Amino acid sequence: MLKQIEGSQAMAQAIALCRPEVICAYPITPQTHIVEGVGALVKAGELQDCEFINVESEFAALSVAIGASAAGARAYTATASQGLLFMAEAVYNAAGLGLPIVMTLGNRAIGAPINIWNDHSDAMAMRDAGWIQLFAETNQEAVDLHILAFRLAEELSMPVMVCVDGFILTHAVERVDIPDQAQVDSFLPPYDPVQVLDPDHPASIGAMVGPEAFTEVRFLAHYKQQQALRLIPAFSGELAKIFGRACGGLLRPYRTEDAETIVVAMGSVCGTIKDVVDEMRDEGVGIGVVSLVSYRPFPVEELRRILAPAKNVVVVEKSIAVGVGGPLADNIDGALRNLDGRPRLHSAIAGLGGRPITRASLRRLFRMAVENPWQGAHFLDLNEQAVGREIHRVRKIRRSGSTAENILRQLAAANPLPPG
Amino acid sequence: MTQAKTLQPDEARQKLKFYQKGTFTVGNRLVSEDERSVQASEDRSNALTSGHRACQGCGEALGARYAIDAAMRATDSDLIAVNATGCLEVFTTPYPETSWQLPWLHSLFGNAAAVATGVAAAMRVKKKKTRVIAQGGDGGTTDIGFQCLSGMFERNDDVLYICYDNEGYMNTGVQRSSATPPAARTATTPAVGPAPGNVFGTGKFLPKIAVAHNIPYVATATVADLHDLERKVLKAMSIHGARYIQINVPCPLGWGAASCDTIKLARLAVESGLYPIFEAEHGRVTSARKIRKQVPVRDYLKLQKRFAHLFRDGVDDPRVARLQAICDAHIAEYGLLGDEDEA
Amino acid sequence: MFQIRIHGRGGQGVVTGAEMLSVAAFIEGRHAQAFPSFGSERTGAPVVAFCRIADKEIRLREPVQDPDCVILQDPTLLKVIDVFSGLKENGYLLVNTNKSFDELHLRGVVEKLPEGHAVIVPATDLALKHVKRPAPNAALLGAFAALTGLVNFESVTRAIAEAFPGRVGEANIAAAQEAYDLVRAQESAATA
Repeated sequence: MLKQIEGSQAMAQAIALCRPEVICAYPITPQTHIVEGVGALVKAGELQDCEFINVESEFAALSVAIGASAAGARAYTATASQGLLFMAEAVYNAAGLGLPIVMTLGNRAIGAPINIWNDHSDAMAMRDAGWIQLFAETNQEAVDLHILAFRLAEELSMPVMVCVDGFILTHAVERVDIPDQAQVDSFLPPYDPVQVLDPDHPASIGAMVGPEAFTEVRFLAHYKQQQALRLIPAFSGELAKIFGRACGGLLRPYRTEDAETIVVAMGSVCGTIKDVVDEMRDEGVGIGVVSLVSYRPFPVEELRRILAPAKNVVVVEKSIAVGVGGPLADNIDGALRNLDGRPRLHSAIAGLGGRPITRASLRRLFRMAVENPWQGAHFLDLNEQAVGREIHRVRKIRRSGSTAENILRQLAAANPLPPG
Repeated sequence: MTQAKTLQPDEARQKLKFYQKGTFTVGNRLVSEDERSVQASEDRSNALTSGHRACQGCGEALGARYAIDAAMRATDSDLIAVNATGCLEVFTTPYPETSWQLPWLHSLFGNAAAVATGVAAAMRVKKKKTRVIAQGGDGGTTDIGFQCLSGMFERNDDVLYICYDNEGYMNTGVQRSSATPPAARTATTPAVGPAPGNVFGTGKFLPKIAVAHNIPYVATATVADLHDLERKVLKAMSIHGARYIQINVPCPLGWGAASCDTIKLARLAVESGLYPIFEAEHGRVTSARKIRKQVPVRDYLKLQKRFAHLFRDGVDDPRVARLQAICDAHIAEYGLLGDEDEA
Repeated sequence: MFQIRIHGRGGQGVVTGAEMLSVAAFIEGRHAQAFPSFGSERTGAPVVAFCRIADKEIRLREPVQDPDCVILQDPTLLKVIDVFSGLKENGYLLVNTNKSFDELHLRGVVEKLPEGHAVIVPATDLALKHVKRPAPNAALLGAFAALTGLVNFESVTRAIAEAFPGRVGEANIAAAQEAYDLVRAQESAATA
């Protein structure tokens, strides 16, 4: 059913349609509306046979989900930013135990300095934890990916994180087609665990594994996640048939055929980039974009196939691995490894801590990649003057104070309030 | 003398007043079938079966076997256990072997209470009667697992949490925990300098914190009184909601004691007043195990190398008196002296 | 694509206003996107919300920088931020006030816009009259429908009723109706 609805509410309804049995909630902006939404459905009796548990921390939220999942219940939780980091130990644990938990991540920056706005630092911090990570471009896709996530998680017995841009998607009201219960039921069978805590068949789960077997266990986790490269397109195809529209997939190329320059990005910024691609195509520039949906597993073969013919690949990403550069750019670089005549790679860091990524800035960036390429990571719309001053100040003064506050002071001095 | 009538655990405790010489253990052969311990039964579950890798004289292995077997009997073996990281987890499950004869899950060090909440929620939603126990050492309970534990208490989740308190991080090589007694030597509170051993802080006696949550049942127990331990577990399993039992389990390795002295040390911890044994329901202490004859704490301390620095050169360190004062305060607070019937 | 930027203060229903506007457009079968300026706004703090309306899927996620219409819910913001930033030459301006453009020193801004593209409406007064709360958003949507003709008043009333079921919705619709009528009257006075 078509609805004009807030992203979080749409996701809450989609999650409810997946018949979760245990939901753990702990508030953190900007994810909170989602668990509030599902909680209200449970409280009102619209979502039955579901335990909604308010816990005392994100660490407990995922831990409760771990217990519920190991005991055979379909478990769901959601978090963001600091919350994901606070549960980090359990994030790895859920993956190591092979528990098919689904978690929404309302992508948000990580402090300090504290910042509640969107970027992908949180997802990147947990990218190697063994979870499948899917990024939504629109709220429609966020809905579809959640439904896909439960099926995928339970098929592989592996947790799935659905990454949704905080505020930009979670708080946006837009048109979303919410499927009906019969449609979801026809796609998602009841949870049939591969391992379960059962007094009739007692088993020990979570035993210590030594050097004699640990490598094999890890290899199999990697192997198992690679299976998702096959399953994600297969399940997406099934969903597309049921819903009568395109859904999910590993990645989505847009006007990449014969493109000299291909942009790669994840999440909601892909929409803005598509608008820019259309504008530039109208001007005769051979440019396209790949929206990467599945970040883990990383679809190396598909990326190689699409990117190989291009001259330039521009990676636009909302995170910075301090001391190295863009983690997505690094992964794309790895995907193009040992390719003959491989495209040049241009890495751009954009939208950190909620800075808007505008069409104007993207156009400048894409032109620059062709006409005046740079080395290393380029920080889109960096206030170079403010940065330069601070670097100079720190060199001069030993007790130079907090960088964050100094930059804010500079900005305030540069933009005084109008008199009044 | 045998009783014709079947006694309830509480009743049995009051009626049995005879002891074997030198111990507080009531011999099973002296009581009727119904009053005998779960361990005395041929059909005990052996939930923690032989072959595990605990040290000789491990108090935790003993306590866990009695506790879980009692819980197995109470639930007709319809039970799931969640285990925090620690000695108990490590010595029972060296992959691919396991000593556990019940479904058992180990997730992390600090989240056993929350994981158990999740298991209990799954049982509720699946409309199963299966009961849930969480267990861990004092580090996993009073320190790193404290937040999850308090949350489980506050929500009154249907979980019995058992803490095997050996007063330190024994699994990692005997470091100090918030349950380590003052003056005790550990790897992180070495017996050197002007104030050797652990600090005299304010203490963190988790059973009192549990009582403050007003949960339905809180008890302390000891491996020196296994009848009492079993009775408390049986009682806990007859109640729904959040329950907490903390069992004092001497650690020969960590305490620097002889393996054969585990029970003796546990008994002295109780009889000195250092480890009060009591029960509380819904925020109120309902009974305390009386001390038959108060023992100076010195007798308890002297058996352990972790306190050896208090007795150097044949002179008692002044801090022995401070520990004695702690014992005396416990005795006064819980009314540990006097006739048992007054309890 | 038509882009609207709403400026107000926390507690004035700025975000809800943008959402209701998007619902009104949705009801008419169009694509619409409403989103707030994202922040931990407390009551009284400056708040911005955005709405885009188009006949095809809206992919753009940047904040509205070149609005076709600015709705100013609280003129005290004129001293704090540049609410007209990027307003298109042929754009619209809707101001909630019981003063005149001259009293607000906005004559210069209004004169740059086409004739009849800038109106004032005492939306807070209307809200207090009908809803008994100083939440001018619904009234402003009624005025918006009259000013731009972008959405039907019918759709606006349905969107308001969806957001505020029952009597609160009815009261808000009454406020919107009066605002709508006021603007229509200004327009006919101007053309007469």
